[in-house]
Amino acid sequence: MVELKNKSALLEIRGMVKRYMLGETEVLALNKVDLSIQEGDMVAITGPSGSGKSTLMNILGCLDDFDAGTYVISGEDVSKLTGDKLADIRNRLIGFVFQNFNLLPRLSALENVELPLLYSAHKDAKAAARKALEAVGLADRMHHEPTQLSGGQRQRVAIARAIVTNPAIILADEPTGNLDSRVGKEILDVFHKINDQGRTIVIVTHDSNVARHCRREVQIRDGQIVDIIEHNRSARQLVAQAG
Amino acid sequence: MLFWTTIKIALRSMLANKLRAILTMLGMIIGVAAVIAMLALGNGAKSRILGWVSRMGKNTITIFPHNPKIPPVLNGAAEPLTLGDAHAMLSIPGVKYVSPVVTSGDPVKWGTNETYCNIIGCASTYIIIHDFQVQSGHMFNDFDTRDRASVAVIGPETATRLFGSQDPLGHTITISTERFQVVGVLVPKGRHGWFDPDNQVLLPYTTAMTKLMGRAVALNHIDMQVDHAVDLTPVQNKAEEILRIRHSLIKGDEDDFWISNQLQVIQMANNIGGAFTMFLGSVAGISLLVGGIGIMNIMLVTVTERTREIGIRKAIGARRRDILRQFLIESVLVSLMGGLIGVAVGVVAAHYVKFRNFSGQVEPHMVILALSISAAIGIFFGYYPARRAAGLNPIEALRYE
Ligand SMILES: Nc1ncnc2c1ncn2[C@@H]1O[C@H](COP(=O)(O)OP(=O)(O)O)[C@@H](O)[C@H]1O
Ligand SMILES: [Mg+2]
Repeated sequence: MVELKNKSALLEIRGMVKRYMLGETEVLALNKVDLSIQEGDMVAITGPSGSGKSTLMNILGCLDDFDAGTYVISGEDVSKLTGDKLADIRNRLIGFVFQNFNLLPRLSALENVELPLLYSAHKDAKAAARKALEAVGLADRMHHEPTQLSGGQRQRVAIARAIVTNPAIILADEPTGNLDSRVGKEILDVFHKINDQGRTIVIVTHDSNVARHCRREVQIRDGQIVDIIEHNRSARQLVAQAG
Repeated sequence: MLFWTTIKIALRSMLANKLRAILTMLGMIIGVAAVIAMLALGNGAKSRILGWVSRMGKNTITIFPHNPKIPPVLNGAAEPLTLGDAHAMLSIPGVKYVSPVVTSGDPVKWGTNETYCNIIGCASTYIIIHDFQVQSGHMFNDFDTRDRASVAVIGPETATRLFGSQDPLGHTITISTERFQVVGVLVPKGRHGWFDPDNQVLLPYTTAMTKLMGRAVALNHIDMQVDHAVDLTPVQNKAEEILRIRHSLIKGDEDDFWISNQLQVIQMANNIGGAFTMFLGSVAGISLLVGGIGIMNIMLVTVTERTREIGIRKAIGARRRDILRQFLIESVLVSLMGGLIGVAVGVVAAHYVKFRNFSGQVEPHMVILALSISAAIGIFFGYYPARRAAGLNPIEALRYE
């Protein structure tokens, strides 16, 4: 714990504000959010529906812009970047896992996982994609297309696609939301395995049980962080055994 | 790598939607097939004429008895070309040979064999003017012409049709009711469209005019050869001057004859080729435009349908230019495939659709041109939809249902 805190933050946002206009009324989806995440951390973001979790994740993933505040990831100030520079950050530093998988139809699992590497002109995309699929336990389904895979298998492909570029951080917005609880647990095991190998993970969830498995839990309400809970390792293991 | 993956994806989505792909390509197919067929036919027409011209002989001038500028109804008033006109040509400096020519289409018989061919009454110099060689026997001479001898020199095709494998020399053929002795056979030149120099019978013009044409005085044309060192134009002008005087034409009258030379005919051939090209340009241009708009339309639909895919690609790091390139490759692929099918259709059409008696000649440069145009259309009409795809906002694209 102590050593983690000593490291400089991998990701840091300060005074983050995001507004939406709904007709005449203004919605403050994020209201001056400060958050820093250390390398190797596994953070759960929880909160009721509409509290701003997805908005926060999309900004962390450099998918969406924001109205005020700063965002620094791996020492790069993203606030001032646009277009292709952001695309490059998304490609190099971020792996995004969506609730609805977002795989490309008509491409095999292997080709889906290869895709981010093709955009960065990687030398041996195929081999790296194979390795990533093996890491998520899908070595025997590489040539299947998404429609030939179950929901859990699709999400594994999506996770492989997220880790294949060896990014600084994995962002997952309700990755188990479309899966039944048994399969959801398997997917969470995959995330834990990846985190045990040292990769930083931020995961949005409704499930407090899931949140307790993480090192830290960030609770959001009405676009503001209301609490940050540290779950120590032994507690996490106890919960894991109980669950 | 990305390039091949992109092509693979594009081909897969085309295969998944075959009917749409074919309908999209239809405009291109028709346009490109039209380009190929038109170019091929224009080319065929041109080379047919040029081939015919080159077999007419070198440095030749031909005088016809009608001026194509004068409407046919007024032609009755025209003075015919006469032997006197032909003889007058010999006085022009630079003129080497002159032959009056009368023609007839009577059947030619030997025993029970009969064939139709060009029967040409001419001077002995006719074969020099038109660059014919005699393969056996000899050409009739000026004495034969003076004496109105009943002799004939026949083309190799005529010889085969009448005599089969027998030697025709010394045999007597019948034209109308007149009998002629075969004294020579010409060397083959090769058929060229409607004009077959190998299927003809040459007779002394004196004999032909008295025995076959009922003592007619009008010539069908006058053929002459000019010294190769002399310019054709001054000779042609002089011939015009002499004939105008002989035909009593006054200032302001149109010529009642028509003088043409090889260069003019070559120019005519090129003009015909040019006219075909213009025609091609408009027909093909319009159908290619329609084809291009079809491609743009379908690409806009594709971009909308695949908004989510674009969002996913952007989320994993695709840059603007990656998306732009992907959709450009797709539209070029569609238009090139349409172009390829169009080339195939055009080649087949040019081969089988015979125009009168010449067919199209496809050359490699036409295929290259057609395919380049197809690719250019793919880029031009694919650019706007591709730019729209590339400009999409990632988060909005991901939210698209
Ligand atoms: N594109 C949008 N346009 C307008 N309002 C939006 C949009 N996206 C989110 N919001 C609003 O912002 C708030 C936070 O939404 P979101 O981040 O999706 O919440 P969560 O993921 O926690 O359920 C909600 O009030 C939602 O209605
Ligand atoms: Mg959400």
